[in-house]
Amino acid sequence: MNEPTVTLKVTRYRPERDSAPSTQAYTIPYRQDWVVLDALNYIKDQIDGTLTFRWSCRMGVCGSCGMMVNGVPKLTCAAFLRDYYPHEIQVEPLQNFPIIRDLVIDMSDFLQKLRSVKPWIIRETEKPLSEGEYLQTPQELEAYKQFSMCINCMLCYAACPVYGLEPAFLGPAAIALGYRYNLDSRDQGRKERQPVMASHEGIWECTFVSECTVVCPKDVDPAAAIQRSKVNTTMDWFKSVLLPWGER
Amino acid sequence: MNAPTAAKSRLYYPKMPATWWLRNRNYFLFMLRELSSVFIAIFLVVLLVQVAALARGPEAYTTFMRRLESPGWIIFHVVALFFALYHSYTWFDLTSKVQVVRLGGRQVPPPLVTAVNIGVWLVLSVVILLLFLFV
Repeated sequence: MNEPTVTLKVTRYRPERDSAPSTQAYTIPYRQDWVVLDALNYIKDQIDGTLTFRWSCRMGVCGSCGMMVNGVPKLTCAAFLRDYYPHEIQVEPLQNFPIIRDLVIDMSDFLQKLRSVKPWIIRETEKPLSEGEYLQTPQELEAYKQFSMCINCMLCYAACPVYGLEPAFLGPAAIALGYRYNLDSRDQGRKERQPVMASHEGIWECTFVSECTVVCPKDVDPAAAIQRSKVNTTMDWFKSVLLPWGER
Repeated sequence: MNAPTAAKSRLYYPKMPATWWLRNRNYFLFMLRELSSVFIAIFLVVLLVQVAALARGPEAYTTFMRRLESPGWIIFHVVALFFALYHSYTWFDLTSKVQVVRLGGRQVPPPLVTAVNIGVWLVLSVVILLLFLFV
């Protein structure tokens, strides 16, 4: 009996021998409950052990397995073969990033940008441990919760044409995470983040294409975070100009 | 075994093609939204020239208005109207993303914010049209 099969066209780039990426087709058994990541693991285990890609948790938490599936940034652990079958599936590395090998991209630019927005709670003075934890009401948690769901998968960077055209752009996830800490009632670090967040390469570079929000697997809505940061920063400016006691 | 270091020096930097905005429907709609501003800018320049003609007197104004009756200008104004409507629609659509409206401690659903914005826009447009026609 003929087993159903599916063909994956996968980007290959072997820096020691290739000057540019090429595509290699693999035909594998089709299983209804497989995701693209399962298919890649089948290829690596059974057909071609040299195929290189990143993955870890297999359950949409770690954010490692982001790739372009038929031209759309996806977590391959959440992209089911059945949604593409019986058509061929094109698997490419995340766009807008340099390629290290096959489906593995260089994320150092993103990591540096993420660090630059200081995505942690900043206090002007820490209160002593003896005074206990910083309490927060459910409403205060709700204010930033959505933006804290980011798993740093970088799909939003792959979806953002602004980042593709202007690599200096701080980018969706970094801004959303900076904004997340600005919204946190326990945080006092907004002023420290502003020089990076409100710079030309920060929020003002964004032209509101909104594709970051469309591809986000965690419904973080980075586009909203960026636009709301723009409004807040503009309000700062108005206050500093109109009010003698206004602060910058 | 220093292979990874050697490989790292050979990163491949993909280039974004000039046709990137044709790759995806949302990119295309975004470019259309950006393009709309060009038509609106031209329309505003025409409006300024019209006001200048009005200031020069009835004769200059009539000559100017005659010129606008040519098919080219009529086509331009139809296209500019389409873009103005499209631009306004996208503006209100995006407003709900930027402005979080809270009522009674709860967030008003963004589609409702957009709908209210568009409703007010339509009502005001009709009022302005009626004022223009009958006052």
